[in-house]
Amino acid sequence: MVQYSSSGLDASFAALSDATRRGVLVRLGRADASITDLAQTFHMTLTGMRKHVSVLEQAQLVTTEKVGRVRTCRLGPRRLADETAWLDWYRELWNARFDELDRIVQALGVKEEQPYGRNSE
Amino acid sequence: MAATANSAEPERISDCELLATRTIIGPARLVWEAWTKAELFGRWWAPKSFPISLVACELDVRVGGGYRLVFGHEGSTAEFFGRYLEVTPPARLVWTNDEGESGQVTTVTLTESDGQTLVTVHDRYPSKQALDDEIASGSTGAMPEQLAQLDEFIASLEA
Repeated sequence: MVQYSSSGLDASFAALSDATRRGVLVRLGRADASITDLAQTFHMTLTGMRKHVSVLEQAQLVTTEKVGRVRTCRLGPRRLADETAWLDWYRELWNARFDELDRIVQALGVKEEQPYGRNSE
Repeated sequence: MAATANSAEPERISDCELLATRTIIGPARLVWEAWTKAELFGRWWAPKSFPISLVACELDVRVGGGYRLVFGHEGSTAEFFGRYLEVTPPARLVWTNDEGESGQVTTVTLTESDGQTLVTVHDRYPSKQALDDEIASGSTGAMPEQLAQLDEFIASLEA
């Protein structure tokens, strides 16, 4: 879980370390936009904007979809990353719970077998 | 099957369901005790390896009876509560989770065989959205603070 979330964090923070990319996220938060729209909004070349969008895409902050000749950008599948991290946490929690449950049940069993023993829990 | 049951990973099995299973060495009635006696339950529900502790644990294990759990985490507390819907010792325990608007129903079944007990913990949420929301909000609680801040930032963009 830690490895997963820290690599996800690295990519996310790297993506967010640039003012233009943060601006792109704010812009996409209002509405989906094409690369051309974004390039115009931020006074950049198409090539420059494509690079920024690609970084955001790798961090799963943005997804893009090409329809015809237009590539549309929208806020990305953060939820997928959340779900993976959450399920990792859920697995670890239950595995840890079961480990301790196992120990407690075994201790109870031992106690029953030795009712006069010194197993004072 | 017994060997795989022991190593099955807790998983989201559908849009609305989570399932965790484990074979515990010991008879079902002892596993049942560990689920239904507060002093035992409190010793494993918040595992030592997790940064949470159980500061209060009240279990009124009978149909219609309530439970109340208070977790402590880094100086703050979170309360969980609900009601028992089914109590069938030592085989089946069903309860609600009422702290949220769309809480899940948790069903625990114990199946004993050769001195071992297969434990299944099944959570059913009322909708896909309810489980998605749980995941979206729960992830920030378990993740590093920075990720929580990042999530807040993203959420503020989507608002």
